[in-house]
Amino acid sequence: MITFESVTKRYPGGTVAVDQLDLEAPTGKTTVLVGPSGCGKTTSLRMINRMIEPTSGRVLIDGADTSAVSPARLRRGIGYVIQHSGLLPHRTVVDNIATVPLLLGVDRRTARARSLELLERVGLPQEMAKRYPAQLSGGQQQRVGVARALAADPPVMLMDEPFSAVDPVVREQLQNEFLRLQSDLGKTIVFVTHDIDEAVKLGDQIAVMRVGGTLAQVAGPSELLARPVDAFVAGFVGRDRGYRALGFTTVPSSVPVEREETVRLGESLTTARDRLAHGWVLVVDAEDRPQGWLSEHSVRSARDDLVTPDALNLGGTLATVRGSLRELLDAALSSPSGRGVVTDGQGHLLGTISPAAAVRLIEEHGSTAADAAGRGETA
Amino acid sequence: MSNAFTWLTDPANWHDQLGTPGIPAQVVAHLEYSLGAVAIATAVALPLGLLIGHTRRGASIVTVANGLRALPTFGLLILLYVVISPHIGGRGDGPYLVPTEIVLVLMAIPPVLGNTSAGVGNVSPAVRDASLGIGMTGREVLLRVEVPIALPLIISGVRSAVLQVVATATVAAYVGLGGIGRYLYDGLAARDFSQMTGGAVLVAVLALALDTLLAAVQRWTVSPGVSGRFKAGTAQAALGPAGAARPGAPEAAAEEGVPA
Ligand SMILES: Nc1ncnc2c1ncn2[C@@H]1O[C@H](COP(=O)(O)OP(=O)(O)OP(=O)(O)O)[C@@H](O)[C@H]1O
Ligand SMILES: [Mg+2]
Repeated sequence: MITFESVTKRYPGGTVAVDQLDLEAPTGKTTVLVGPSGCGKTTSLRMINRMIEPTSGRVLIDGADTSAVSPARLRRGIGYVIQHSGLLPHRTVVDNIATVPLLLGVDRRTARARSLELLERVGLPQEMAKRYPAQLSGGQQQRVGVARALAADPPVMLMDEPFSAVDPVVREQLQNEFLRLQSDLGKTIVFVTHDIDEAVKLGDQIAVMRVGGTLAQVAGPSELLARPVDAFVAGFVGRDRGYRALGFTTVPSSVPVEREETVRLGESLTTARDRLAHGWVLVVDAEDRPQGWLSEHSVRSARDDLVTPDALNLGGTLATVRGSLRELLDAALSSPSGRGVVTDGQGHLLGTISPAAAVRLIEEHGSTAADAAGRGETA
Repeated sequence: MSNAFTWLTDPANWHDQLGTPGIPAQVVAHLEYSLGAVAIATAVALPLGLLIGHTRRGASIVTVANGLRALPTFGLLILLYVVISPHIGGRGDGPYLVPTEIVLVLMAIPPVLGNTSAGVGNVSPAVRDASLGIGMTGREVLLRVEVPIALPLIISGVRSAVLQVVATATVAAYVGLGGIGRYLYDGLAARDFSQMTGGAVLVAVLALALDTLLAAVQRWTVSPGVSGRFKAGTAQAALGPAGAARPGAPEAAAEEGVPA
């Protein structure tokens, strides 16, 4: 556990970046520091590994005062990932990852073997081991940065906007892999971001800071979206938080889906035409996995006699019974036929649901979150 | 020029004769004055430059050192000769050697100092910060991060010091020492222009040879990650994230190890 005890940082110019901060980052969990630019997130993070020394107050790791050990020794036990990777340009990827173990005196062979293992863990092929950082894309560099931070297997990791300099698609991949890694490793992580969506996605606990370096609210993600303590937090978590809060409620297995007539890939278009309902028919593969929708128009205008993949409309998203209400509603709203496709955990079709039915389900199961989000707005 | 060629190819000039050293002996003497001066200058300027670059303090020292470049070499040599030599006892070359070496050292310090401090000082703050952040001490950051990254600049500082000193070491002959400068001064005194031109050619060839040698050292010691000279195959692979695996591509690079 990382503990801030009334920590204040006043910079030489007089700026108070962090003001009397009291915060606990629980062991094995991800704590996200989020807030507008200049609110003191980076300053707070860097006081943990003493890249910045507090003006007053103490930072403890598992009860031990961080100022009791030398900064270098402290930092070797703390993984550190920053926005622009900060990889050593003159060392190969494998040697970059091995940096901290080598500093700690691990022999070269062992350190390299471990590096290669980590390379795989962060989703990079072994062939990249011998490249130099300049030969990697931004997203790949960030992965190497994460691997480097993990190399000495530190219990604590500090991450300062590690995914903010990559494009949205890569960012989402990196976030998903972060979640996968963290569920395996269970590190104590402090993660800085200014993106509330990222905070909600990755955090077990979210600390919202306001400019001036004070805490506005500390809460779990669903709690934060449901019950912002004041107008600042409500404004910061954003307008569509009611919708986002749905992301924290799972679709019950009793979800009331309706039976949907389907046609298989390779069946005749005549069959497809017979099964059209309100102008659309759902196409599945041999194992009943949804492939897309076929419209009345394309059934009638098709040249082939059979149902082929290229005639399909792929517009709708899929929901699963283990997924969130948010996915369910999105599936219903995004479906070209107006009927959201729901699958079981293995991807097999269960049935479809209309937006109206999805909303009814939300009213039954997600009511607390939605109500509370509404209250927060007026508070 | 053709006279210089005749002079250079005359076997008589390549052998020591009755107190007159031949070309090889003068080249060796020239090398001794030059490399001695560069070695002393590097021993002073390299640590100082590392310190200035690493701490990012004391840039004024570099400015002052650069000011040394404005001193007229010849005037300084004569001044030092007049002032210092009477105080140096003993027989031998001491009274002539010391002023000469001082002049050459002063000439070699600015490029080594300036390039070293600039090279180390310009290492990206993000890389320095990350290196400290993962637990390197200041010393480790200097030796394992800043020096390898600054190496191309540091070596090119030494290269320009060598070029200048080798060219200027001809003044040693003016105070009566040997070296290739002998041919210039003796040639001038005897109005033997082929000897003068031959000497000048020797200086140029020597300077170029040393520079080529140092260029090779630079190629060999600077990491491809810094110089951008990636092994064939890996550079192309960098363009396509997916197509990295190229069995058979030369992959010995990492095994050689990069001096850290
Ligand atoms: N070295 C410094 N000297 C003086 N003031 C500083 C220094 N570093 C940061 N500050 C100030 O401290 C405040 C907090 O800065 P900090 O970098 O912690 O913000 P942040 O929350 O990380 O912002 P961002 O989201 O933009 O990264 C800002 O007002 C900033 O201007
Ligand atoms: Mg910041």
